Amino acid sequence: MTTISDLITPALVTTDLAATDTRTAIDELAQLFEADGRVTDRTAYVETVWAREQETGGTGMESGIAIPHGKSGAVARPGLAFGRSRHGLDFGAEDGTPADLIFLIAATEGDDDLHVRVLSRIARRLIHESFRMALREADSPASVVEIIEQEVEL
Amino acid sequence: MKFVAVTSCPTGIAHSEMAAEALEVAAREAGHEIDVEVQGAAGSPPLDAATIRDADAVIFAVDATVRDIERFAHLPKVEIRTREAIDRAPAIVERAVAAAERGASESGAQGAAAATPAAGTGDDEDVFASVTGDAKGRAEEVRRWLMTGVSYMIPFVVAGGILTAAAFAITDAVEVTEITVFTEEEGLFLPGDLDVSTIAWIGAVLLSIGGVAFSMMVPVLAGFIAYAMADRPGIAPGLVGGLLADEIGAGFIGGLIAGLLAGAIVNALKRIPVSGTLKRMMPVLIYPLIGTLAIGALMVLVIGEPVATANQALESWLTGLTGANQILLGLLIGAMMAFDMGGPVNKVAYAFGILSLDAGNFAVMAAVMAAGMTPPLGLALATVVRRRLFTEPEHRAGQAAWLMGASFITEGAIPFAAADPLRVIPSLMVGSAVTGALSLGFGATLQAPHGGIWVIGVIGSPLLYLLAIVIGTVVTAACVIGLKSLRRSGQRAEPVAA
Repeated sequence: MTTISDLITPALVTTDLAATDTRTAIDELAQLFEADGRVTDRTAYVETVWAREQETGGTGMESGIAIPHGKSGAVARPGLAFGRSRHGLDFGAEDGTPADLIFLIAATEGDDDLHVRVLSRIARRLIHESFRMALREADSPASVVEIIEQEVEL
Repeated sequence: MKFVAVTSCPTGIAHSEMAAEALEVAAREAGHEIDVEVQGAAGSPPLDAATIRDADAVIFAVDATVRDIERFAHLPKVEIRTREAIDRAPAIVERAVAAAERGASESGAQGAAAATPAAGTGDDEDVFASVTGDAKGRAEEVRRWLMTGVSYMIPFVVAGGILTAAAFAITDAVEVTEITVFTEEEGLFLPGDLDVSTIAWIGAVLLSIGGVAFSMMVPVLAGFIAYAMADRPGIAPGLVGGLLADEIGAGFIGGLIAGLLAGAIVNALKRIPVSGTLKRMMPVLIYPLIGTLAIGALMVLVIGEPVATANQALESWLTGLTGANQILLGLLIGAMMAFDMGGPVNKVAYAFGILSLDAGNFAVMAAVMAAGMTPPLGLALATVVRRRLFTEPEHRAGQAAWLMGASFITEGAIPFAAADPLRVIPSLMVGSAVTGALSLGFGATLQAPHGGIWVIGVIGSPLLYLLAIVIGTVVTAACVIGLKSLRRSGQRAEPVAA
């Protein structure tokens, strides 16, 4: 049974994204997936995510969150990567708010299993201001994971 | 207030869920109830039919198509993208409140401007939307069911009507109906086998295809009325009920009744409290089996006989009128032609025309045909003159109705009549009665049993005959517009008995 701990670990979190542009930021988070063995073909995966961003006009929201995601054959195991950006990145939010909390989702092809529910659950929690505040204040990857685990009771 | 919402995005993972959560939070904080159906990968089970029925408005927060959108057709709606719901859920909920209060639909527009209620009865408000405000009313619910059935029926009417009209147009309208292109025993006949021209043969092929499309009309109407009432389980009993309505000669009014009964039966079955294995068997076995059996028994055993008896009574009464006042006869035949358009009463009048034809009286047939042409023509005219009184599907049906009316395919009027029978049918009857009386009064004659404008060559006094049709068309359109406008101005106070 998939739990949130299967999807996100401190290895998939960075509290300070180096990238200053959107596409590089996605690639930076995808590298975490690759290093963790979740994504086998990073270029293909990033391409899928990027194409989706372009197509939908971006996944950024006015609350400063962006949830780029891609379902791809290049994904071996589903996962959730999180990156916080000091710079703020343009994910196409309606009012131009730059995103500072970026969740990158990797979903396997044709997988509509429990991990989808887990990701849905996280997505739902992101609506709540308190969750976002906690994520902005977390001081280490481990505490980010802890906050997410707490918030997403399974 | 009670709202329902559908959220949906192409991958169905993140945005649909966020939009759902945002709407739930915002609605609760504003003191409303909301039930959200997330359509997507994870998804949630479909909303209950009862929940949807009792809602005040629906919010679509969607980046993809809404599945089974017909379920919400009766509700005022707010349609936005998922991101708008996520970013501005409280404002969206306010828009839904405004839409529910106003009873009008709004859609699309992004940003704050859209929160301003559309002024009064603007052009963006079609008649269907304008009446959804009193959706609570039983009558409005019935109207929504009928509209759903009609919207599924229209493609069959259009296809059947135009193919039939094309057959009449390209070749001899009488000859074409007498050509059999195909029999089960002997297969296909080619023009050479039948000793007919190729063009007549093509016409016969078009006619037989059009005929099959037409024969689907009443079953589809009934099936999708039942669908609107009882969701998917309603379709099979409704379709079978509609087929039986045709079988027993009850026409489209029989089909309307069959659809409504089938929907009611399935809804009643759904209320039976069951559990466990039996509960799982309800949709696969009980609804289709018992629903179809019940509607079938009703149609065959209960409704069939009175329809047949009434037909016979009408027939002998009409035959008794031969030789009576011509104008009166014309009025009567005209009204009968328009009453149910291909149904039993129409058939009695038509058969009377054929009978008179055989007896050497060509005037009655002329009146019958003219009166059968004005219903589609009058409605087509009405949709052009007062666009706003008609729904989008009706506009499409109106375009095809010109050709159908001109070709004496009275069925072209059925979509309009089925959607709003109490206003449309009386209007059609008045127009057709006028035309029937004028045709007889002018002494027009016709020696062909069908064909419409395409048999103008065998009509006696063709110019006066056309005049009778034009007058009837205008009268029909005027009555329809008058009655429909009446509802528009006094809509809230006036319940529709149904």
